[in-house]
Amino acid sequence: MTIIAATVRRELLIAFRSPGDIINPLMFFIIAVTLFPLGVGADTEFLSRIASGIIWVTALLAVMLSMDSLFRADYEDGSLEQLLLSPQPLYFIILAKLGSHWLVSGLPIVILAPVLASMLALPSEAMLPLLAGLLIGTPILTMIGAVGMALTVGLSRSGLLLAVLVLPLYVPVLVFGTGTVSMALGGLGISGLLALLGAMLVMAICLAPLAILAALRISVS
Amino acid sequence: MLSVKDLLCERDERVLFQNLSFSVVAGEIWQVEGSNGSGKTSLLRILCGLNDEFDGRIEWYGQDIRKARQDFNQSLFYLGHTPAINKTLTPKENLSWFCASRGLQKQAEIKGALNSFNLYGYDDMPCYQLSAGQQRRVSLARMKLSDAPLWIVDEPFTALDKQGVNELEIFFAEHAAHGGAVILTTHHRLEIGHAVKRINLDKLAGLAG
Repeated sequence: MTIIAATVRRELLIAFRSPGDIINPLMFFIIAVTLFPLGVGADTEFLSRIASGIIWVTALLAVMLSMDSLFRADYEDGSLEQLLLSPQPLYFIILAKLGSHWLVSGLPIVILAPVLASMLALPSEAMLPLLAGLLIGTPILTMIGAVGMALTVGLSRSGLLLAVLVLPLYVPVLVFGTGTVSMALGGLGISGLLALLGAMLVMAICLAPLAILAALRISVS
Repeated sequence: MLSVKDLLCERDERVLFQNLSFSVVAGEIWQVEGSNGSGKTSLLRILCGLNDEFDGRIEWYGQDIRKARQDFNQSLFYLGHTPAINKTLTPKENLSWFCASRGLQKQAEIKGALNSFNLYGYDDMPCYQLSAGQQRRVSLARMKLSDAPLWIVDEPFTALDKQGVNELEIFFAEHAAHGGAVILTTHHRLEIGHAVKRINLDKLAGLAG
């Protein structure tokens, strides 16, 4: 499918030409996580208990903040109208857009998470479950966030509205993601929860592009 | 090709136009006229299927455009007010994605298309470094690559210089002569050397009943 390759190429080129869009959510992630030890005190035992929660909540906010660069520029310069009038399968174009956006926003967060987790004294046996959860969970966050972004892209100041729309929908991912870590710490198997997250990801891949398309049609008309 | 029956468009309880019927056949150029705010852009967006808020029927070879979506999109080239080019990408990259998104295998012809719109030497420069007129030309260069028979263009002459306007008029005439059709809005007097049919939206306005 040339259209998928072409879309990924276009999105990655745009992302690397305006690196602020990639770096800012990542900086937010680092800074917000660092604020917690400053706020709650450097008690290692306490920090290690809340570490996975901190990482997950900040990752979730960082992904949401990165959403703005997904459709905003395309909406403003009219590329979105052209996209909707394309005779190529729109489902795959949207999926390619989401995939490349995750590569430059979600994946760096996953890569950075172990460093920040060890700073928060997360026990080493919980590291792999945290990473596995984030690896499956952040794409879901990207897809749900993209539905909210597609709905609000036509509004001039959509930041807070996006948070109100999207954050409640992030709850299941957060619950299962942090659940994975606490199960691992309790010495229980995590494959069940990861499978649930995986099922959510598959469902998001199937349905989110359709919802995004419908939302974009409303936004441009 | 495209036939419009009893089209009515209402915005905030004001009827922009009503009882609008016309049909566009191959080889025709249609100019939509009207004062500011008379609904020219709304009409074009409705014809493309970007806006669903209308009453009436729009048919593409006898099929409702909403049902024959893919077929219609394949045959349609639309250019709106906005240039639809990404400013961080170069003209070449913008056109290359355009070709991919239309399913055209024309990567080799991009340079030629840019040259024919006087953009020789600018193909590897990010679009934000180009002037408004040059950005417009990048956007128009897509028409050269497109194989769609129906062109719907909104104010194509904006920001172009005199020579650019002349060239574009000739280009539209050629497209019509080769069996295509053009629907455009402009305030400018077309001197195309090809018959131009007109729709005046000011005469079709009315009050919501």
